[in-house]
Amino acid sequence: MVRAEYEIASGAYDCAGEVSSDIKRQLKQLGIDAGTLRRVAVSSYEMEMNIIIHSLGGVINLTVDNEWITLFSKDRGPGIPDVELAMREGFSTAGEDARNMGFGAGMGLPNMKRNADTFNIFSQMEEGTRITITFRVI
Amino acid sequence: MTIAEIVKCLDARVLCGEENLGQRVTSACCSDLMSDALAFIHENAMLLTGITNAHVVRTAGILDLKCVAFVRGKVPPPDVIGMAREAGLVTMTVNKTMFTCAGLLYEGGLRGAPMCWPSRDEAAG
Repeated sequence: MVRAEYEIASGAYDCAGEVSSDIKRQLKQLGIDAGTLRRVAVSSYEMEMNIIIHSLGGVINLTVDNEWITLFSKDRGPGIPDVELAMREGFSTAGEDARNMGFGAGMGLPNMKRNADTFNIFSQMEEGTRITITFRVI
Repeated sequence: MTIAEIVKCLDARVLCGEENLGQRVTSACCSDLMSDALAFIHENAMLLTGITNAHVVRTAGILDLKCVAFVRGKVPPPDVIGMAREAGLVTMTVNKTMFTCAGLLYEGGLRGAPMCWPSRDEAAG
């Protein structure tokens, strides 16, 4: 069993991707197969970028047991007004700064959902967004 | 195509990763949006982009990309090239537009990833 928690600051573009790189490194050490590794890494990168771009800061939790890899993110708001719209490919509210760095394609949430075996999102305005995604260990 | 063949095809200048020029690339993706790259890039792929910041190298690391070509004559800052070198990523700069680069590579035999997202089996490599 592996557990890790990563704090992610809002607007921390300079270190964006470091958490996902660490998650990928940890899973590789556990001997997780290359395909699953790739799906988890892509999803955690999207998760990380979403917290940096859209939230007031948050955390990502990684849990690994014999059957499942679980990524759980929880941010401190502001929340997503229309989750269904946010799930639509190409829809993005990312600002100019994020777009200039190559983000804000509107693929983040759909990309997480596509790569994961299960995907759950709950968002409440003023409170924040929680996402749980799981991957079956092969 | 091998990366060495890609360098020749594009008349590119290699910035780092010379030791990996013999690696084989089977598909390419053109994008200035890293989230698009994360969605559509397959195994053994290369990325053509006009973005030159550290996120390109981090995205390449997440996707296990073989090489990145910076188009329109762009050259990343030294710290970004340093990151790529450390990761063993081949980077090159090409003094051509993205469209021209894509055309030359297609003519050379390289193909893009299919528009649909890969099946779970394909994604699993």
